[in-house]
Amino acid sequence: MNTFTGVGVSPGRVIGPVRQMPRPVAEPPAGEKWSSTTVDEETARLKAAAKSVQAELRKRGDSATGDARAVLEATAMMAADPMLLKSSNTLIVAGISAERAVWEAGAQVADMLRGLGGYMAERTQDVLDVRSRIVAELRGLPAPGIPAADRPFVLAAEDLAPADTATLDPEVVLALITSSGGPQSHTAILARALGLPAVVAARGVDEIKDGTEVFVDGAAGTVLTGPGDVERTASAIWAEQARSLGAYNGTCTTSDGHRVPLLANVGGGSDARKAAEAGAEGVGLLRTEFCFLDRDTEPTVAEQSAAYREVFDAFPHGKVVVRTLDAGADKPLPFLTDATEPNPALGVRGYRTELVTPGVVDRQLKAIAEASDGATTDIWVMAPMISTAEEARRFAESCAAAGLQTPGVMVEVPSAALTARTILQRVDFVSIGTNDLTQYVMAADRQLGPLAALNDPWQPAVLQLIRSTVAGAGAARSEAGPDGADAGRKSVGVCGEAAADPALAVVLVGLGVDSLSMSSRALAAVAAVIGSVSTAEARELAERALAAPTALEARAAVRAGLPILETLGL
Amino acid sequence: MIERKATVASRVGLHARPAAIFAEAAGELPVEVTIALEGSPADEAMDASSILSLMSLGAEHGDVVVLRSEDDGADEALDSLVRILETDHDA
Repeated sequence: MNTFTGVGVSPGRVIGPVRQMPRPVAEPPAGEKWSSTTVDEETARLKAAAKSVQAELRKRGDSATGDARAVLEATAMMAADPMLLKSSNTLIVAGISAERAVWEAGAQVADMLRGLGGYMAERTQDVLDVRSRIVAELRGLPAPGIPAADRPFVLAAEDLAPADTATLDPEVVLALITSSGGPQSHTAILARALGLPAVVAARGVDEIKDGTEVFVDGAAGTVLTGPGDVERTASAIWAEQARSLGAYNGTCTTSDGHRVPLLANVGGGSDARKAAEAGAEGVGLLRTEFCFLDRDTEPTVAEQSAAYREVFDAFPHGKVVVRTLDAGADKPLPFLTDATEPNPALGVRGYRTELVTPGVVDRQLKAIAEASDGATTDIWVMAPMISTAEEARRFAESCAAAGLQTPGVMVEVPSAALTARTILQRVDFVSIGTNDLTQYVMAADRQLGPLAALNDPWQPAVLQLIRSTVAGAGAARSEAGPDGADAGRKSVGVCGEAAADPALAVVLVGLGVDSLSMSSRALAAVAAVIGSVSTAEARELAERALAAPTALEARAAVRAGLPILETLGL
Repeated sequence: MIERKATVASRVGLHARPAAIFAEAAGELPVEVTIALEGSPADEAMDASSILSLMSLGAEHGDVVVLRSEDDGADEALDSLVRILETDHDA
């Protein structure tokens, strides 16, 4: 029995066989020659590999539906495409190996499609995927991408990329375990969105043999090979609790009756409808850039308006907080971001794109205003990556000009947390994005596995900045007087992944945060844990967290005061 | 050599699903067929059974394309391809 320890990023206890994510296909060396006896033998090898990849993709297409099916069918045709094979064969005749030949021919096709722009450029990835599959087939290696399997498995990888997530089927994947990545990595965010148990930064898990049975504890952050009776019982109890925790009744209160609105983070209309079904009281973060990823031109006001209206219509009696486009760093939008910046996370991203591409924000605000026409939703608007009160003032003016009543800003840059009072003299609310706030105050890239321990929202510096933000809001509220504090304005929300951690959610409530926004999957667990404490107990737990010298001690101190976590297996 | 002209009916042009349907049909024919945009030189015509060629052709909705075959008995085959091009597969 072997134990691997990492960082638990999404709770849950399951047992299942491991399947390793195949490593990316390495480029065949330039000039590699074939060793077949004749040219015909080498071209036949390529043709056979291409046909076999085509057959596999067709098979997957047959079991898919809708858009996924259409994409797989088109990709299957690319695999044995006459043009691709012809260009490859020309190279084979010149002595180049089938592997290298198809690699180069695929690159040529990809360049050509990229040059055509628009829809064609978006297909570039499909061609490169087909190329990798053919090379893997020629080498006798497993096909890249999430393995196809008939029975559910625990997916192990070094780390997952956003592109892998599109093909991840939560019906067959039981849990995610990675040797790299941090609590804010794509793997972690995806796991929480899908409600899958996940452990990241667990060194060695990418070496576990396929088929090995493991026990994954997503709360403790451990992976165990050869599970015994204790682990079997634990996973059976979790399965039972997951069923009963599944339902959230739509109201979250502390045990003494203090209401804590729980909202959802969404990326568009279909997410919003799911969130409404899951009981969310509204949307605390509409990531508008998710409506328009993969676009190389700015969406029109009419297109934007239609996308936002879909979200408003999912919450006719709730609140929707619209965040203006947050392009840059890990979410580039070709019409807004400069891919050549040396430090994208510290570069022209979020509201800062207004400095180099003025007008995009105003057009977006116009679209939001148009979408709000006739909607009964309470619509709030906020700008990402705000560093100063002056930026907040400019954004508030733009909102007023567009006729939008409730302007706010994100607190992600430490300077905004420290100057929350003057920022909230200019806008009505702030929302703390804990993922970016953590990466900036700890100066640790959130994608990097080795820095996972720094990238922890339990870090004392992060908790201090949240307290500072709440204190600033309190000061601004009393200065604004009874009118300015109307309807709970000058409020502080949290919309980072921290809000989805039930223990940390209690600390946030104790610190005086007004509302929490998270992926819909986390609503039930967060509500159950908040409901187990009184306001006074939450305050006391927040004090314990603030007093702790390290992130680990803060977490341990708070968890010790929340016995319900152990009962629920969270 | 025989040829046929056809107007692309699909609203997205000759890519994505319409291109896949067309390339598959062309690949199943017993004759070789090339495709080119109307007015472009015949020696720049591309293999009609290649989805990648069709994508690089970039034929949009309403564009006229020319189908050619060296096989003089291919009338029926070309007609069947014209019918596919003149159907809107996104409808």
